[in-house]
Amino acid sequence: MSQKFTLDELRELMQACAGVEDDIDLSADIDDIEFEELGYDSLAVLEVASHVQRKYSVPMPDECVDYMKTPRLAVEYINEQFAKAGV
Amino acid sequence: MARTQPVITGIGVVAPTGIGTQAHWQATIAGKSGIGQITRFDPSRYPVKVAGEVPGYQAKGRVPGRLIPQTDHWTHMGLTAAEDALADAAIDPALLPEFEMAVVTASSSGGTEFGQREIERLWASGPQFVGAYQSIAWFYAATTGQISIRHGMRGPCGVLSCEQAGGLDTLGQARRLLAGDIRMVVAGGTDASLCPYGLSAQLSTGRLSERDDPTGAYLPFDEEADGYVPGEGGAILILERADEAARRGARVYGSVAGYAATFDPPPGSPRPPGLRRVIEQALADAETSPAEVDVVFADATGTQAADHAEAAAISAVFGPRAVPVTAPKTLTGRLYGGGAALDVATALLALGDGVIPATVGTSRLADGIELDLVLDRPRVKPLRTALVLARGYGGFNAAVVLRG
Repeated sequence: MSQKFTLDELRELMQACAGVEDDIDLSADIDDIEFEELGYDSLAVLEVASHVQRKYSVPMPDECVDYMKTPRLAVEYINEQFAKAGV
Repeated sequence: MARTQPVITGIGVVAPTGIGTQAHWQATIAGKSGIGQITRFDPSRYPVKVAGEVPGYQAKGRVPGRLIPQTDHWTHMGLTAAEDALADAAIDPALLPEFEMAVVTASSSGGTEFGQREIERLWASGPQFVGAYQSIAWFYAATTGQISIRHGMRGPCGVLSCEQAGGLDTLGQARRLLAGDIRMVVAGGTDASLCPYGLSAQLSTGRLSERDDPTGAYLPFDEEADGYVPGEGGAILILERADEAARRGARVYGSVAGYAATFDPPPGSPRPPGLRRVIEQALADAETSPAEVDVVFADATGTQAADHAEAAAISAVFGPRAVPVTAPKTLTGRLYGGGAALDVATALLALGDGVIPATVGTSRLADGIELDLVLDRPRVKPLRTALVLARGYGGFNAAVVLRG
């Protein structure tokens, strides 16, 4: 079975590498809230993606930001990348 | 006169002398130095071991959480000073037309500490380990851009990289903008380059003091002068059109009565350096005679040659020992992009209180320095007009005439 990237792992990376807006609670139900609404612009999403790439050695192309619009879509996309890479 | 004289209605300070305008001013009057052993990194293998660091500055709580990992220490301090300056001016940017607010800051190093961290990752681990924020954090314009975004200021924005002269040049640029459609400008600047990469770049000028004693390292105009001490921080200033400030009943620190900038001829040229000319031009611009100037805030580079050149320029315009001169930057070191902005803040506070802060450390003027340098303790004196001078490494000269 392929490695499963979880929302909690994403939360951790968002916190660690891109910071958190003071009035945003990442532990809340954020699955379907757009990154932009959470205070993360495309550069922040790219930063999170590059951490995923380094941590799990899966390729994360720059276009990933076009797919990763919400945390749920990001987790789905990252798991697809895992599957493609056979991780 | 036809030319508008913008007024300064807000000051924000993050400096080795303190965080906040009052803390800075009290330390400056008390002659309390912010210069000490470098703590931001281990300087033991570097020839320069002392600097002016901002004591106890924490970005957390002062800079939005999302912005902290995206931006350099120098931008953190710029954001903090800008927020304080706007509050000091009692301006809520959300209530003003976004295209009528501009941001112009000075920066001479950009985000060197951030850049160094990312370059270390590049060398140690490879390009995929370089963070995405490197693309925006280390450029000179990052502080201006982040202030602009944070406060929704979409008028003409820019950055001036003229080393120590830049802080004054932002006032010149602010004045140009305020003569047009702009109603308010966030000006001034910060710099923070106390990291191995940043310090190494500074060492290349050969102008830094290599003395380890914080009290004896930076002695401008002294017979023992041996260079300057670097520092971090600066000041952000809010400039407005005088009519606009009066309309909203703003408290006014003073006006920018005159400004000029010149550039030195290349080394070896028979032409004289541009400092005397910049003083004369700024006074002419302010329609002010030398006799009307109550105090000069000197550039005070701290090398024998530069100190003699500055003293000669001041004496040529004002006469020998004819005007009080001071250099409170002896308490902070030279802050580059932040330095002249902090001098302007200090000069405005001096005008307000009728007190000339002292030059601390310097005790015996070098032969040939014909200045009435305010030494040891502040001098109490009614003050109406101050001249602030700044020279940036590479040939930049700037002068501002402030009227209280």
